[in-house]
Amino acid sequence: MTFLIVAIKALVLIGVLLGVTAYITWVMRRGLARFQVRYGPNRVGPFGLLQPLADAIKMMFKESIEVVTADRLVYWLAPVIAFTFALAAFAAIPLGQGGWVVANLDMGVLYVFAASELAVYGIFLAGWASGSKYPLLGGMRSVAALIGYELALGLALLGPVMVVGSLNLQDIVEWQRQNGWLIWWQLPAFLVYFIAALAEMSRTPFDFAEAEQELVGGFHTEYTGMAFGVFFMAELLHWITGSALMATIFLGGWAAPFGLPEVPVLWFFLKWALFIFLVLWIWASWFRTRYDQMMRFAWGVLFPVAVVWFLVTAYFVSKGGTL
Amino acid sequence: MSVMALAKALGITLRHFFSKPVTIPYPDAPVPLKPRFHGRHVLTRHPDGLEKCIGCSLCAAACPAYAIYVEPAENDPENPVSPGERYAKVYEINMLRCIFCGNCEEACPTGAIVLGYEFELADYRYADFVYTKADLLVDTVGSKPQRREAERLGKPVKLGFQVPYVREALEGVKYE
Repeated sequence: MTFLIVAIKALVLIGVLLGVTAYITWVMRRGLARFQVRYGPNRVGPFGLLQPLADAIKMMFKESIEVVTADRLVYWLAPVIAFTFALAAFAAIPLGQGGWVVANLDMGVLYVFAASELAVYGIFLAGWASGSKYPLLGGMRSVAALIGYELALGLALLGPVMVVGSLNLQDIVEWQRQNGWLIWWQLPAFLVYFIAALAEMSRTPFDFAEAEQELVGGFHTEYTGMAFGVFFMAELLHWITGSALMATIFLGGWAAPFGLPEVPVLWFFLKWALFIFLVLWIWASWFRTRYDQMMRFAWGVLFPVAVVWFLVTAYFVSKGGTL
Repeated sequence: MSVMALAKALGITLRHFFSKPVTIPYPDAPVPLKPRFHGRHVLTRHPDGLEKCIGCSLCAAACPAYAIYVEPAENDPENPVSPGERYAKVYEINMLRCIFCGNCEEACPTGAIVLGYEFELADYRYADFVYTKADLLVDTVGSKPQRREAERLGKPVKLGFQVPYVREALEGVKYE
């Protein structure tokens, strides 16, 4: 019975996530357009709201072209890996109190990390298996980025986890309900995590794995039709999950702020939307770094800051405080 | 500091986020044109109704694209078409050849041929791009395809532009 409930919850979540992914393309295109003083797609349906549908139909009916020199198995496996794990990562994030989560894991934070890092494999496997120059460069850059940001990303979250004393995301939210948002307690950790997360979502300023202007689209250059669509959705899912995770860990997740009444999903959605907007805003404003600059920044600034903050937090937690 | 520059960049984009888009949603909204825009030609008339064109063919001579063909004829003194000795019996402009440079307007001694504002000239057949006198005289509003469409739908011609004012050379031209 519990299995059935979890399965139904998972299916609903997958459906919702796919819907959100489709509409985040609309938000992204309209939003970026407004940042660039344009209207964006507004021809299909009112306010262009049917644009995702039109895009999906276009994507599905496009021919899938395969490169002769491609490693067939890995080439077709890569989008599956990227998409599956990007989708799976969301499972541990609570949308509300109690049952509003597919899997209330004790290792929630670790699970989300593991799944979203595995999804990156899809990207560099795609780069490797495409049998073409630009995807290879894109895949290589994505590995370089992974080496750069991953440590800072993990270390930054150790602070909040130590303060709460649990890796369970429900516990983290519950702690924040009692003690206030972790962003106030753990501001340096949040900043490091946010910057590293931008790299993890491969968004500006760290979107060099894709880099349309230099690499013709990077790792997905040789993918067409739905295979490309799947990569695109995986990337958007990273954005969705990353924002959701930040909202959960640093902004109190589903818990209502300022003593306002609890409404399931609503507060979570608003906090999530805030991060979605923040990433979009940065996307519209900033440049793209070179991947070596990003690595230097990650190892030279983010990592030391994360380590020092980790030690400071550890000291205070060991003294019985919360910092 | 570079952090300040990044913050400034965010500020600039946010300001633009809340400003009105500069895009003109063209077929839905009219395109604002400057009064000296070079669009489709108009053959103007004198206030008394006579055509200004005297069929001298100077416009055809000035045309760098050889887009204009004029065939003059003698005016009937009883019932003149233009105030001069002759008038243009045939006046044709091939809109596919025309580069809208305005040399014809400069060459014209009577100010008969003037470039107007209409630019929606896209059509299906080559032959339809040759605009005759009937298509160019002041009373005609809209390009050939626009008028054809308007006739088919039984609606007035819808022009896709707006100008702050119609310049003086376009005597008697009214765009509604």
